[in-house]
Amino acid sequence: MTAQTSVVERGGWWRTIPTESLWRNLGLVGVLVVLFVIGAIIRPDLYGDSDWVVNNMLVILQQAAAIGVVTVGVTFVIIGGGIDLSVGALIALAGVWSTTLATQSYGAGGMIFAAIAVGTIAGALNGLLIAYGRLVPFIATLAMLVAARGLAAQISGKQTQVSGNQFINGIATTRVAGIPMLVIILAVAAALGWVLLNRTTFGRRTVAIGSNAEAARLAGINVRRHTLLLYALSGLCCGIGAIMLTSLATSAQAAAAELYELDAIAAAIIGGTLLSGGRGTIVGSMFGVIVFSAITNLFAIANLPTEVQNMVKGGIIVLAVLIQQIRFRSLTALFRKP
Amino acid sequence: MRMNHPSRRSLLFGGAALGAGAVLAACTSNESNNPTTAQTKGADASNANTAAGKAVTIGFSAPAADHGWIAAITSNAKAQASAYSDVTFKQVEAGKDAAAQRAALDTLIAEKPDVIVLLPHDGKELNAFGLKAMEAGIPVVNLDRAFPDALAYRLQIKGDNYGMGVAAGHYIGKAMKAKNIASPVIGEIAGMDELELTQERSKGFADALKTYGFKVANRRAARFTADSGQKEAQNLLQALPKLDALWNHDDDQGIGVLAAITAASRSEFLMVGGAGSKKAIEDIAADKSVLKATVTYSPSMASSAISLARLIAQGRGMADLVELQVPKEIILSSETITKENASTYLKLGF
Repeated sequence: MTAQTSVVERGGWWRTIPTESLWRNLGLVGVLVVLFVIGAIIRPDLYGDSDWVVNNMLVILQQAAAIGVVTVGVTFVIIGGGIDLSVGALIALAGVWSTTLATQSYGAGGMIFAAIAVGTIAGALNGLLIAYGRLVPFIATLAMLVAARGLAAQISGKQTQVSGNQFINGIATTRVAGIPMLVIILAVAAALGWVLLNRTTFGRRTVAIGSNAEAARLAGINVRRHTLLLYALSGLCCGIGAIMLTSLATSAQAAAAELYELDAIAAAIIGGTLLSGGRGTIVGSMFGVIVFSAITNLFAIANLPTEVQNMVKGGIIVLAVLIQQIRFRSLTALFRKP
Repeated sequence: MRMNHPSRRSLLFGGAALGAGAVLAACTSNESNNPTTAQTKGADASNANTAAGKAVTIGFSAPAADHGWIAAITSNAKAQASAYSDVTFKQVEAGKDAAAQRAALDTLIAEKPDVIVLLPHDGKELNAFGLKAMEAGIPVVNLDRAFPDALAYRLQIKGDNYGMGVAAGHYIGKAMKAKNIASPVIGEIAGMDELELTQERSKGFADALKTYGFKVANRRAARFTADSGQKEAQNLLQALPKLDALWNHDDDQGIGVLAAITAASRSEFLMVGGAGSKKAIEDIAADKSVLKATVTYSPSMASSAISLARLIAQGRGMADLVELQVPKEIILSSETITKENASTYLKLGF
């Protein structure tokens, strides 16, 4: 990318991000509405029952919860110009670590601490390799993916570890004012992420580094330390996600959270985050996660096989990126004319 | 772009990262290979086959999968081999894929074992190895994943995936008839859909249900993991607000399936599991959840494979049979574990 285009891109960013992201989010809401209508046509018996409809929406949100929290972290990493392929593996590792008999003996507090500490430390290790070891993020996090799954398999002895902790298991079944606890955790994580990205210097620095790391460095930002923090943040989100997933499945295992990295990246992309960094929104990412969750749900309701669902998912990702490129091209054309 | 070319330093760091992972992994293992909990057949004076014979070396290879069933296969094989004083057990790591397993097996052949027990990554891809070993005069015992070529093995011992589906179908069919439900709503949560074994299980299930005039109302495919089981079950329960019976292919993913059922406060149906894990058998015995039965696909077959491999290497037959040699094919029947017989099967749970 030349200096010219990145200047244009940043010019475009200030000017267009409010409307651009608004249109995109409206588009994703449109997709959700379409999915709802299709469901109502296929199964009018279910969609005619308002209690069922409300409950089903909560199910969709609950299934989006763990991956949603992880996507918050991944969105930060991608906006900051990086990529994190290790999130699924880190969830598995944090989950397995926090459910060994030794950790479980420390109670719920010990399990939560273990999951969050393992996730954050592994994420920070990613950041260390990338920021100070100058590894390409793709390679560093790919290595972490392999190593973390291996370590998780080693710790668990390849067995499914059942959580006997009633507090942890209860998180997934608790509802506050009718809203599942996991959905509330997601909402809090997304809100904190939004504030961090839009209302703090940390967020502004993330965007600056993702747009042009060299310019950010010249402007006095400690790019390396910031990059390290971004990956640690992603790891932290994985630790929280691991607790949520353990609570849902009342167990953890080395093969858990399969392909979560792709789901999280795809959700961020269809939510409008640029893979090359410098642009993206938390709200968009959350809509992305919910759309995928709603698709999975609709396919189950309609009793369609998983393979078709995966093809549709792939199609949506390609479509989203195509739209992104077309819009981006027309924007740059607009700025070049005068 | 901010991308750097991977420099020598990057490679060093990458290597260091992987190395650190390996070291950590080696330090934190809490794997318990306690042979007393494994499924073995001990010495028995009334059984002529257990009497010590010619000293033999058994080579063994199974994939290093992250699944409880495969882990049980390897630990059972080890434990059974150590129960015989006349057996030397040589295990080679099967690595990540068929190519790695082939390479490992080639080194095993060079050590000239008397017999090889092998759970291949893929029966078709390891078929050529079976032929080569047999030609070299080393009998091959194929464990669970069949070679297409009959010349590639001396003994084939495997579970019955189709039979598992049939057993689950019959259990549910009979239960529905007993409850006088004319057209029951039946759900199915399968395992990894791209595997042939999943297709065989589902076909057996559908075929058995057909004999009662029933069919599956909704089928979801999970990934043999508890979290995927939870997700698919939660969606399945949404799709079927009233359910009469549910078959879940795998007890490991069943932990998640049961969590979803408990969370949804659903109890109007009965559930059948698959494989026969220790936890599932305990749950069935306790009879406090919707899980009323499970159909087996037991990793105890690894113990039996070692016993039979020993007999083959020693040139002996099975004591109870008239034939002087071990048969060529053994397919274990899938058994149905219910509350009534759970205590007898608990030792086979993994």
